[in-house]
Amino acid sequence: MNATKIIANKELKSYLNSPAAYIVLVVFLLISGWFFASPLFINNQAELRSLFNIIPMIFIFFVPAITMGLIAKERNIGTIEQLSTFPIQESQIVMGKFWASVGLIAVGLLFTLIHFLTIIILGQNIDYGAILCGYLGLLLLGAVYSSIGLFASSLTDNQIVSFIISFLIIFFLFILEYSLFILPSYLSGFFQYLSINYHFSNLTRGVIDTRNLVYFGSLIVLFLRFAIIRLKSGKWK
Amino acid sequence: MIQLQNLVKDYGNLRAVDHINFEINEGEILGFLGPNGAGKSTTLKMITCFLSPTAGNIIVEDRNVYDHSKEIREMIGYLPETNPLYTDMIVYDYLKFVSEVRKISDFKQRLKEVVNKCGLHGVLNKPIETLSKGYRQRVGLAQAIIHDPKILILDEPTTGLDPNQIVEIRQLIKELGKEKTLIISSHILQEVQAVCDRIVIINKGKIVADGSTEQLQNNFQNKNKLVLEIIATEEELSSLADAIEGVDLLSIEPISAHVNKADLEYDAKEDKRKEIYEFIKKQDWILLEMKKESMSLEAVFRNLTIEEGGQA
Repeated sequence: MNATKIIANKELKSYLNSPAAYIVLVVFLLISGWFFASPLFINNQAELRSLFNIIPMIFIFFVPAITMGLIAKERNIGTIEQLSTFPIQESQIVMGKFWASVGLIAVGLLFTLIHFLTIIILGQNIDYGAILCGYLGLLLLGAVYSSIGLFASSLTDNQIVSFIISFLIIFFLFILEYSLFILPSYLSGFFQYLSINYHFSNLTRGVIDTRNLVYFGSLIVLFLRFAIIRLKSGKWK
Repeated sequence: MIQLQNLVKDYGNLRAVDHINFEINEGEILGFLGPNGAGKSTTLKMITCFLSPTAGNIIVEDRNVYDHSKEIREMIGYLPETNPLYTDMIVYDYLKFVSEVRKISDFKQRLKEVVNKCGLHGVLNKPIETLSKGYRQRVGLAQAIIHDPKILILDEPTTGLDPNQIVEIRQLIKELGKEKTLIISSHILQEVQAVCDRIVIINKGKIVADGSTEQLQNNFQNKNKLVLEIIATEEELSSLADAIEGVDLLSIEPISAHVNKADLEYDAKEDKRKEIYEFIKKQDWILLEMKKESMSLEAVFRNLTIEEGGQA
């Protein structure tokens, strides 16, 4: 088995053994469930749009919470020393942890499929394509946030600090679209492209555009790269 | 087998390791000794490729740490000073994880062996966080030897253990030393004395002594101590010290009504025992016991590290 997979397995197992992951998952499902269910009963509308609107916002808290310990905790209890003296590469450590985080997010999203089922039962004219794209978008969003969270986690040995840093970066990317109006018009195009919501909302409309995928992909690669560089630099200080 | 060449490590402005040179031969058990903060752990961390040297080189079996860090890491088993473990894992899962990372093919066989060696029966299915310090140390050791490394590096393996556990761990280390090249760091002298063939003493980042236990004792020991238990008064004993040149009376301690215990000291180059005995015989004192105490390695260690550093 390759080292990335071994690390990912270990992290996933430790998620499933810790109460924190369950608490975060339950809170995530409660909030998303409430936002799905209330329009269902109040407006008699069965749709996933509200879900796709709210989950990116929940992710702003949810993802930093699950990634904050990934490296910071290893630094704090010193296991990073052990891990670094095993014959594996920093990139394998980071990638393993990244996949574990994405895995846990996927589990969270899997549970929201129950809302999808509700819609299949109650709804008419369901746009399966848009929903599928929406889920793909959510997973990509989770992956981007995970890579940011991992980078933040690699910076410090304090999980709270790690949480706050990743929250700030993610929040910045998230808020960009809403702050475009204060920018001069010739810049707004550029900043709109940087905004994560812009790319995500394209996906929820059921359009898979390579520009959006490139955006998500490059953010993921960038922050994972940063995390790897940071891990290496700690060693060569 | 392991060569350290002009090794330097700086932490900011602080020079933790200052041009260290030594070589460790195959099969040797090397004790790496020094007061806290002398640079022991830093040196070991560089050999295990956790930290990179600021300058100098480390060569392990003809491979240097800069270009072949992965191969070196494969060859070494390492127990860090703080013995960091994933406390939320059970012992079995942890060892399984380590053996997967280390790509061990016959995990079951190796597990059996380390469980036997480290005495981990009965705790394999317990979470590491519930284990006592002694057992955690054993898990740390098991982790370090599970891939049957040629080189084993143990950073203060007995700190924080109770005396019984210390004896057990030392026994285990001795056992391991039969088949492996071993480096043990410690600030406790008896420990190193008990298990090591060779001792390197480091202080303030520099090597201050290097040699076998006897060599160190001989080289750095300049006084011999003689302990007498004798029926004689204090004045009589001090007259003895006055009478023989080169003999100093260090202390007198009454043991019972008439018996005194006297510590005498003389230069290590000359044996004064004959003269002392003859003097006592002439005075017709009753000598109950006469015992030569060579200066312990501990004193050597203290001398070296205090003189050089100003403080231990």
